[in-house]
Amino acid sequence: MKKEYADVVVVGAGPAGIAAAITLARANKEVVVIERGSFPGSKNVFGGAIYCQPTEEIFPEFWKTAPVERFNIEHKFAFLGEDYGTVLGYKNQEHSKKFNSFTVMRPKWDRWCAEQAENTGVHIVNETMVTDLLEEDGNIVGIKTELECFYARLVIIADGVNSILARKAGLRNDFRPKDIALGVKEVIKLPKETIEDRFNLEGNSGSIHTILGNPMNNMVGLGFIYTNLDSVVIGIGVSLEDLSNSGKKPYDLLNEMKKHPAIRPLIKGGELLEYSAHLIPEGGYKCIPKLYGNGVMVVGDAAMLVNNVHWEGTNLAMQSGKLAAQSAIIALDKNDFSENTLSLYQKKIDESFMMKDLKTYKNVMDFIKNNKKIVTDFYPAKASEFLNQFITIDGIPKRKKYFSFISNLLKERKLYIFKDIWAFTNIGRSILLK
Amino acid sequence: MIKSKKLIPENIDDKLYTVKYNPDQKTHLYPNQDDCMTCIKKTCTIVCPANVYYWDEDLNKILVGYENCLECGACRIACEKQSLGWNYPQSGYGVSFKQS
Repeated sequence: MKKEYADVVVVGAGPAGIAAAITLARANKEVVVIERGSFPGSKNVFGGAIYCQPTEEIFPEFWKTAPVERFNIEHKFAFLGEDYGTVLGYKNQEHSKKFNSFTVMRPKWDRWCAEQAENTGVHIVNETMVTDLLEEDGNIVGIKTELECFYARLVIIADGVNSILARKAGLRNDFRPKDIALGVKEVIKLPKETIEDRFNLEGNSGSIHTILGNPMNNMVGLGFIYTNLDSVVIGIGVSLEDLSNSGKKPYDLLNEMKKHPAIRPLIKGGELLEYSAHLIPEGGYKCIPKLYGNGVMVVGDAAMLVNNVHWEGTNLAMQSGKLAAQSAIIALDKNDFSENTLSLYQKKIDESFMMKDLKTYKNVMDFIKNNKKIVTDFYPAKASEFLNQFITIDGIPKRKKYFSFISNLLKERKLYIFKDIWAFTNIGRSILLK
Repeated sequence: MIKSKKLIPENIDDKLYTVKYNPDQKTHLYPNQDDCMTCIKKTCTIVCPANVYYWDEDLNKILVGYENCLECGACRIACEKQSLGWNYPQSGYGVSFKQS
């Protein structure tokens, strides 16, 4: 076993690890990144879009050289019933000049990010599994791979959602199935022109769909569609607890969603290019672990930093990587890697938009879980029912329709309607005020 | 005209056919078979997106098709007995995504 030294060793070459590494290298610190995949991105999966503002903080004007697919100018929300649905969409051409988000493929994107880091002086070791942390006198002093021990002044754990190392470092408890979602997705090949026709797009602009309602089979979860240049990404993410209880296979849920009349025509005639799956930490604010210890910090999915209300995972990964690196630079300059110094990272995270946002939504998942039936099914179906009444011309006087809609609603929910109003008011207050 | 196979397959084996793997010689997933025998729900056989786990009634044990593992980790967390031994495959082995 040989000893090697670096200022910082980062475990995992995903967006969190690379953001940390490149920030350190830009400050002339010696960084080694250890990645278990054969190249950065080869083990990584996400829904489909990276957001520009946070990404540009690490890679300014990345879209000029990075392997991006489409810039998104539209986001649609589809509330689907059995064979009907209400789709709400927002489209803004402004986003084709001032970009908001891009679809990317992680194996290409992560590889590009890693190359930028290498060009800045980061040393990346691929195809190497970190199996444990090295500890001396209560301090983390390095990592252990399958072959050797590697010592560093500081370790940054960026090994993803399953984070074996954050658990070994005692920073994180294990997940409960209710705090995690399983995502499965398919990349479906379609000609560029077909995608543009079906999604009403011009050039390299793209469209995002968030799908709620019936296809989730009363589970907490949502579906998504993203457009790449010549493929369409379709997937679902559902609570692991609900999935276990449902007895449904995740890929069958996706199969069913693809058959919905609102979805089917979008992917018709396409060819499956790749199927994949990944876990999403969705516990939010209440599940964020301690982010630092003596000689160690944890970033990205490993730190469960995901804002599922706004599909932000990669953003928070990069941001947390950057903030950990900034704290590491101070620690390296002081030559002090104690918890006391590294608590600066926790402070930076707490003051950042990430923790503020996670705090804003701290009660959202509990609200959805406690009101699953009405949030995921009943009221979305009612909205569709109302619209159906509104657009259908059938000789029934309109006022009669309104009254029958209201009386049906009251008949179905009875006094529970007050409970619902109370629940919605409370979650609104929690988001805005508390 | 040759009738082509279904382009977007529903069958999980056909889906997995699109995934690139470098399978290891040995498994990285170790269900505790004693626990499996008394486990009623056998959640791993439900949640696994690659259908890696199969309960064999005759052999009275869980069969593990670890070669198809997508390395998501759902089985470990969903295991009601909290006893599924789970690792990533060794360096250089396992799944390698191209477009995800």
